[in-house]
Amino acid sequence: MSEVRVLVGTRKGAFILTSDGKRERWTVAGPHFAGWEIYHLKGSPVNPDRLYASQSSSWFGQQIRRSDDGGKTWQPVDNKFVYDGMPGTHQWYDGTAHPWEFKRVWHLEPSLTKAEAVYAGVEDAAMFHSTDGGQNWAELSGLRSHGTGPNWQPGAGGMCLHTILIDPTNPERIFIAISAAGAFRTTDGGKTWQPINRGLHSLYIPNPTAEVGHCVHRIALHRSKPDTLFMQKHWDVMRSDDGGDNWHEISGNLPTDFGFVIDVHAHEPQTVYVVPIKSDSEHFPIDGKLSVYRSRTGGNEWEPLTNGLPQENCYVNVLRDAMAIDTLDQCGVYFGTTGGQVYASADAGDSWKPIVRDLPAVLSVEVQTMA
Amino acid sequence: MVRVILPAHLRTLAAVDRQVELEITAPVTQRTILDALEAKYPMLRGAIRDHVTQQRRPLVRFFACEKDVSHDSPDAALPDEIASGKEGFYIIGAIAGG
Repeated sequence: MSEVRVLVGTRKGAFILTSDGKRERWTVAGPHFAGWEIYHLKGSPVNPDRLYASQSSSWFGQQIRRSDDGGKTWQPVDNKFVYDGMPGTHQWYDGTAHPWEFKRVWHLEPSLTKAEAVYAGVEDAAMFHSTDGGQNWAELSGLRSHGTGPNWQPGAGGMCLHTILIDPTNPERIFIAISAAGAFRTTDGGKTWQPINRGLHSLYIPNPTAEVGHCVHRIALHRSKPDTLFMQKHWDVMRSDDGGDNWHEISGNLPTDFGFVIDVHAHEPQTVYVVPIKSDSEHFPIDGKLSVYRSRTGGNEWEPLTNGLPQENCYVNVLRDAMAIDTLDQCGVYFGTTGGQVYASADAGDSWKPIVRDLPAVLSVEVQTMA
Repeated sequence: MVRVILPAHLRTLAAVDRQVELEITAPVTQRTILDALEAKYPMLRGAIRDHVTQQRRPLVRFFACEKDVSHDSPDAALPDEIASGKEGFYIIGAIAGG
């Protein structure tokens, strides 16, 4: 019998939800690391019982925890994220030069092929790598030093590297996204990087088509088509069919193309999910109606999915790392809200129910599908 | 024996009780206390002071004999009551935020 494990990071701890493959009854364990912000936790595809968690606090800084038993017990591993060489400067909100300062780990991405290898995306934006299960971290400094780094600027949530996508067919090719610098790609395992933002059009920056400076909120890909990327930008839902070289807009009939999350169906590479959010100044669903939108055509044509979601007085947000997809035959979709609910659909989005509610604000959701 | 009183989150992080005891050779200063504390509990490295600069994290404060010594030199000698263990050295998370 299959088992599904949902990993939830919140403002005040981590929670682990488990169910069998029917996904009807859920057991909630937690809070782990009570009182700490858990920006992200994720399991290794190679060894699903190997989990990594980013635990942080404004008071006591960054911790990285590792579990080797599926989240029952956790050990501290290295929390030393030191920029390679002289950190240099990026742009501050007012355009002045500001030194790079480590603040926290936003995202942990375990290798698809090596249980001991894991990447970390951090604020101020940089990429780190560990090849020993988190015991030591080293910066992949080619990203910050490739040339555009001094022009990067923080988004409202900080200058964070929040998305790491590893090409399933080529572990040397990795896509990352930074708010508010844009998307970048390496084809040599992180030694060298290039911006991949051609086609993005951002009216809120001085040059709307600049090489960098775009507030990319999230990118996603389907494992069978790694040249096709989907992006939720600050405004605009975008698509690339050439590995990020060129982007075009696929917002189509969405009621608003602002949002944070985007993800792809496990078995249908053209089926994409977003959660439209009213605007950059009103971070909640339009008219208090929480809706996931699904496109079965790779964009442009979107249908609202509302069955089981609150359709009145709902003013939560869904943050950028808070949607995940399981790989069961009937694909499951999960997302968490700043109101502390985690909603799940066991039928690819046709119907939804909360599998836990009243948690602290949800920062991230990941799911593991185990045979 | 120097007594160090930790805030709640650092107690859970280090899996210790409210107070830990450290054997420290003179001089007893903020730096020698933190060096000994981090040596005994490596998971506290980076949680009280920066890994590289060794500067106190902004929302962490140090108290000795009811006096805020956070802005004193980390190499200044602490009162004899701290060195003898009569008084505890307090590490406190600032009351801020939610």
